[in-house]
Amino acid sequence: MKSLKILAGIMLAVFLAAGPARAQVKIGVYLPLTGQNAFGGQLELDGINLAHQEMPEAIGQKVELVVMDNKSDKVEAANAVQRLIDRDKVVAIIGTYGSSLAMAGGEVAEVAKIPVVGTSCTNPLVTQGKTYYFRACFIDPYQGAGAATYAFNELKAKKAALLIDVSNDYAVGLGAFFKRSFTTLGGEIVTEMKYNSGDQDFTAQLTEINSKQPDVMFIPAYFAEGGIIMKQARELGAKFRIMGGDAMDNPETVSIAGAASEGFIHTSFPYDAGMANMNEQAKAFTGAWRLANPDKEPNVNAALGYASYLMIVKAIEKAGAATPEAITKALAETKDLPTPLGMLTLDSDHNPQMPVGIIEIKDGKRVYLGEVQPE
Amino acid sequence: MNQDLFIQNLFNALTVGSLYALIAIGYTMVYGILRFINFAHGDVFMVGAYFIFFTVNFSIIPWPLAALAAIIGASALGILVDRVAYRPLREAPRISALISAIGVSFLLENLGLVIFTGLPRPAVQPAWLVDPIIYGNIRILPLSFVVPAVTAVLVLGLLFIVYRTRPGLAMRSIARDIETTRLMGVSIDRTIALTFGLGSALAAAAGIMWAMRYPQIHPFMGVLPGFKAFIAAVVGGIGSIQGAVLGGLLLGTVEIVAVANWPELSGYRDAFAFVLLIVILLFRPTGLMGEKMEDKI
Repeated sequence: MKSLKILAGIMLAVFLAAGPARAQVKIGVYLPLTGQNAFGGQLELDGINLAHQEMPEAIGQKVELVVMDNKSDKVEAANAVQRLIDRDKVVAIIGTYGSSLAMAGGEVAEVAKIPVVGTSCTNPLVTQGKTYYFRACFIDPYQGAGAATYAFNELKAKKAALLIDVSNDYAVGLGAFFKRSFTTLGGEIVTEMKYNSGDQDFTAQLTEINSKQPDVMFIPAYFAEGGIIMKQARELGAKFRIMGGDAMDNPETVSIAGAASEGFIHTSFPYDAGMANMNEQAKAFTGAWRLANPDKEPNVNAALGYASYLMIVKAIEKAGAATPEAITKALAETKDLPTPLGMLTLDSDHNPQMPVGIIEIKDGKRVYLGEVQPE
Repeated sequence: MNQDLFIQNLFNALTVGSLYALIAIGYTMVYGILRFINFAHGDVFMVGAYFIFFTVNFSIIPWPLAALAAIIGASALGILVDRVAYRPLREAPRISALISAIGVSFLLENLGLVIFTGLPRPAVQPAWLVDPIIYGNIRILPLSFVVPAVTAVLVLGLLFIVYRTRPGLAMRSIARDIETTRLMGVSIDRTIALTFGLGSALAAAAGIMWAMRYPQIHPFMGVLPGFKAFIAAVVGGIGSIQGAVLGGLLLGTVEIVAVANWPELSGYRDAFAFVLLIVILLFRPTGLMGEKMEDKI
């Protein structure tokens, strides 16, 4: 009996000690900080942290970030979201780089009714039919159609080949939309080859593509495989242009592919540190980033992380309350929110509308060519 | 398929097949002697690739010396793994050693993640290995000749050690009867350590060649090639060195031929390979060259 009293006393003390001296808003972050997508995840985290430094409070309460590594793994992503909700009791979540990871995490958040803002998960299925998933980036149709529009109108390509990672949702989605847009514009898909994530040898597929002599090859791959594909394509004597999606937007692309990456074109989000017509938010973000990270150039993933945090904080302020339901409602009504990626308005599927940026590798450096309006 | 495509694909197949063969030999050697599958083999392969990455990037020694250093380093790692993880379990049931091997595999992968980070790194490719030789429409990398040649030299060297030297005699003897060999005064532990050293050296050589062909190094690079090479070793008849080479070449050929002949089914490349392997095992359960049990090293 006595021990029970002591126990009750201890529990009471613990409760009192844990009681908030000041209300806090907990926002969870789940990103790939290790594994094959670590590069993108780390940059997005840097962007989120930068935004957090600039706006450490919402409706007078301190914002606390709880960061989880989803290890570039679907199961880990679902676990990370589960832990953020169950253990850390977050009111909203930011993440993630990689559509496959976002879909795994999204299922958990949907059940728990916690709003999530995706950073760079571009597959339509991430938010489709979801009440609680939003995103700061555009979706694959935009990118695939943007790449196809650029290839057909600007590069004057008539014949295109596809090389797609069939075990990756992002690659399959992006490839399908490129195909649809390119054929609608009047182009021809001469061959569609496939591979699986982790493959290193593409010589058989590339030999086949080479024999069809396309004007352009579209590879919606991640940079790890994309770099090797470009290298092997050039080794096999490929003369066609190679295009890819935003997942190729990484300095490692050039360091892995070397000279083979010359002339490579990929789509991206409409932000670049070297872009010509920067808006006010983009200028502010670029300035703040340079101040915080003098040795690193700001990149689009960091801008997306920044924008995601911005979306949640603005939603909390608009709602006037930091509860998951209030944030969800306010997020769905996001309209003309100034971000480094332009004015952000979410459509009914929670996807932002914005043009597609086009980037080319010239002399081993990425050059922002401009934007294209997808057709 | 026209002739140019055929020749191009032939060399594509030869390169990837030789690489599988080189890894498969390591599995087969250890199995032949200990009746134990060293699941950490693919990870020693990864470590070998990292060794060459660091020796080439952060020192001034020329490439061939760096390759040699990487091979020696990986051998040392193989012997260390045997000493720490397998030797204490020599008398334990075989399943314990197997679990230990899986543990070592995860340990090496995660150590790799912590030490080298998950970021894929570009391997340095000496120009003489990757400047393609152009003949009409056919483009062949010098590497496509170098890899099979290196594999052949290493296999011949290995066969020489196993069949023509005293340590090799000890290995074959252990494979047949470990207790009697011990009674003959042969140091079992030293011979097994030598086996792991040799196997790891082969894994490192394969890792270096692999990094030359697919110039991207990351902590999980050994998983899929290791798995495929293991299957190649089983198909060739695990325990048989010649079988491992045959199995590796066969696997590489099937992968390339499947994609070349049925381009629309290119996503099923691995499935093609494994279906054929299952078929082979159905008709020859001991593998292609695994029938003569007494010849196993």
